[in-house]
Amino acid sequence: MIQGIEVVGLYVRDQDEALAFYVDKLGFRVHTDVRNGDYRWLTVQHPDQPSFQLGLSVPGPPVLDADTAQALRAIVAKGGMPPLVLKVDDCRAAHARMQARGVEFTQEPIDRYGTVDAGFRDPSGNGWKMIEARR
Amino acid sequence: MSDLPLPPQDPELLRRLLRAKDRMDAASHEAWPVQRLAAVSDVSEAHFARSFKQAFGTPPHRYLLTRRIERATALLRETELPITEIAFETGWESLGTFGRTFRDITGESPSALRARARAAVQEPGRVPACVLSAAHRPDLTIAVSEKRRREADAINESHDKEIP
Repeated sequence: MIQGIEVVGLYVRDQDEALAFYVDKLGFRVHTDVRNGDYRWLTVQHPDQPSFQLGLSVPGPPVLDADTAQALRAIVAKGGMPPLVLKVDDCRAAHARMQARGVEFTQEPIDRYGTVDAGFRDPSGNGWKMIEARR
Repeated sequence: MSDLPLPPQDPELLRRLLRAKDRMDAASHEAWPVQRLAAVSDVSEAHFARSFKQAFGTPPHRYLLTRRIERATALLRETELPITEIAFETGWESLGTFGRTFRDITGESPSALRARARAAVQEPGRVPACVLSAAHRPDLTIAVSEKRRREADAINESHDKEIP
């Protein structure tokens, strides 16, 4: 058994929208999608990284009260959550592929620090850096 | 304007306002009149500036200026580009406006900042690292206990001398 981090949570404004984004536009896979009443536990993962999942959840009940949920939704929408980093083999190729699928890029690929990086956001406002792996 | 607390903003609106902020971040050297920003956010021109300020705590115009100054500061520190070129590259149409705004925001002129940044980096750089570490070493060539004893002796000696 390998010990380590298995799931990291990511607040999104709508689980269906987030699922479509991460699966159809980024090429992730659904790992778990189960419901218990109104609660939906949804996780996705990168196809090359089966030991790690991103848990996509909407801030709200039963975990959070209405005011806290509203505040968190505002923070996510304002881009206030910490950025995530996606490592890719070829940043320019990934950028072209993702842009064709309608991903909202906030930064075109730039050559710097000996690699290439770009930036994009998910529909909720979560910011991603996409960095080409050094060879 | 009253000081009444503003009602919370709709997250959908905030997400669209973020798009305007992202676009300024990506191209702060470009001109960003309110109509252009409002169109990016799909908000009326009349509401844009107020909504942006409520969301991000600073009016859009000032946000753009700070991003330009931030970029100019980096270019002054990290490159050899002439100040005129930095002014145009970061979006100013005149060197005078650039210098004035730069001073207003940072408290010093672009050339003063460049000179200070260089001095801060280069002065230690000229001294070889081994010499530098020796120079910064605390002046402690004997054991602490020995140093204390000598100091105590010195006090006693001087005390003794004062007594005939």
